Amino acid sequence: MSSIIARRRRPAAGYAAVAGGLVVAGVLYGTLSGGGASAASNQSNTDIAQGKSLFNASCSSCHGLGAQGTAQAPSLIGAGAAAVDFQMSTGRMPAKESGAENDRKPTDFTQQQIYDISGYIQSLGGGPTIPDSSQVSTNGANTALGYELFSTNCSQCHGFAGAGGALTYGKNAPSLNAATPTQIYEAMLTGPEAMPVFGDGTVTPAEKKDIIAYVIDTRNEANPGGFSLGRTGTITEGAVAWLGGLGFLVVIAMWLTAKRRDPVIGMPDSDHGDAQ
Amino acid sequence: MSETHDPSAGNPLEGLAPHHEAEEPPARRRVIGTPSPTPAAVDNRVAAPEESPDYLPTDPSDIVSAKNAERVAALCFLVAFAAGVCFLIAYIGLEVGPYNSGNSVIAALRSNYALGSSLGLALLALGTGSMIWVRHLTPNIEIEEHRHVLKSEPEDRAAFKKDFSTGAAITGITKRPLLRRTMLLATAPLALAPLWLLRDLGPLPGTSLRHTVWKAGTRAVTLGGLRPLTPADMGTAGSMITVIPEGYQDDDDALAKAGVIIIKFAPGELHVPTIFDGKTQLYGMNWTVDSTIVAYSKICTHVGCPVALYEQTTHHILCPCHQSTFDASNGANVVFGPAARALPQLPLGTNAEGYLVALSDFTQPVGPSFWERG
Repeated sequence: MSSIIARRRRPAAGYAAVAGGLVVAGVLYGTLSGGGASAASNQSNTDIAQGKSLFNASCSSCHGLGAQGTAQAPSLIGAGAAAVDFQMSTGRMPAKESGAENDRKPTDFTQQQIYDISGYIQSLGGGPTIPDSSQVSTNGANTALGYELFSTNCSQCHGFAGAGGALTYGKNAPSLNAATPTQIYEAMLTGPEAMPVFGDGTVTPAEKKDIIAYVIDTRNEANPGGFSLGRTGTITEGAVAWLGGLGFLVVIAMWLTAKRRDPVIGMPDSDHGDAQ
Repeated sequence: MSETHDPSAGNPLEGLAPHHEAEEPPARRRVIGTPSPTPAAVDNRVAAPEESPDYLPTDPSDIVSAKNAERVAALCFLVAFAAGVCFLIAYIGLEVGPYNSGNSVIAALRSNYALGSSLGLALLALGTGSMIWVRHLTPNIEIEEHRHVLKSEPEDRAAFKKDFSTGAAITGITKRPLLRRTMLLATAPLALAPLWLLRDLGPLPGTSLRHTVWKAGTRAVTLGGLRPLTPADMGTAGSMITVIPEGYQDDDDALAKAGVIIIKFAPGELHVPTIFDGKTQLYGMNWTVDSTIVAYSKICTHVGCPVALYEQTTHHILCPCHQSTFDASNGANVVFGPAARALPQLPLGTNAEGYLVALSDFTQPVGPSFWERG
């Protein structure tokens, strides 16, 4: 204890205290909240029979009792566990309504239930599997290459800062700010909804890590203009510049040219004589 | 009428702006920012206001609020002074650049904030103070200023004409044709020089707009990873990837036109139209691999933005700039938007090692239309 007291004034002590506090808070939150990827859920404990009954209760009305698909919803045979985990953990499935796009929302399922359903779908026809934590870890990832890959393959829809953007007929590319590394990985692997597939042949697992590292890094970047403006780029920035900047200049111009309220002082008679 | 503006009359602001004409001759006084007094001033309104019948009144109309306005304007100038000092301090004190020990991006960010806000505040406060001065501390007078006829007086014109003819006669330009002609000849090359100078602004594009660096056997490699791809790498249907010709990753001029997207379809989804222009088959050749993998130019045919918003559900390729939409399953024909032509298709095949390669260059110019395209 005395050694801690002796070192408490060192510059690193503050960081250590903050880091320690964060770890304690994180552990407490993870233990008490019970949601998310808590220790209770485990892919190795996947119960396929449980998953099948959950599927039949919650999914089969649209996807069919054997996940073979109906007129309303596609077949899930061969969709893979990664697709199920992505769709259900982001709350997109079960769908709230039939529309152009299923938006992200809180899920009603526990992670273990999602694993069970994923396991059931995986057992039907294979497909991409859920990446484990080492696959989505960004340790040692090349963020610069991730930027290059992101700007080449992702930014046209999701925006250069991952803020998302519009597609055709009411569809949209969602913001990536709420996505976990696992969800980003699964989205690339499975191509949910209108998104193309970026399989391991075109974007290798190492490159996927790089892209995830870029997305996570970008979230924490400072905004060069002081405000993020939604990070959607030129449209909002231009709107602010034109409406805000030009509006300010117009107000200034109105003030400069406004008629004065104090009475006009008449000129001596000789001036009026000159004017004629 | 003139009593109203007689400065010697009782002036409530006498204490604020004292007139020292009595003690000190006006010619000796010099205030910073005003012209130095000249004994023989042409403008008698400045030199001798009390003697001139058309002097301008110098007191504000609303004398009560003038005192407050003076304080506000002075405060503005003090703020401008402080902000200007802050600008200098920020410029000298906030170092940016790679030699900065911390995050150079953050350092540049802080410098930009400090420089921009201090300089902006300084200029704004200076302008605001000046405007308050003009609007509240100067008399509100309407002044008429008449326009003049721009044409010179007839006598000036006659004099110029006379001088010109005299000069022409003295030089003998009409009498000495040899000198006149050689002088004109001397100016000719200089007059024509811009033709060559402008020509050297750059070579004409020639046929370069019609070709890209893709040629038979060029492997398609991923942009970023620079890996060649096999048909198996394209994985499942719905897969899409941007590729570039191998070996040109550092040639921006080549890449500006050579970007290609490769899309994998499910069997039967890809309808390659057969289009004939007279006798020439424009596209619809056997340019796909396994009838499921197809390659299109990534350069929009409208104004050349990169088109890669690919929706695997509708097979639409959307251009982010002007919403031109191309149907990838149908020869990348335009289904919406201002683009006039389909995206050119790159003839795609595999080489002996099984990698995806170009079978030839594009058979039509990629990118936006140009004048000579026809």
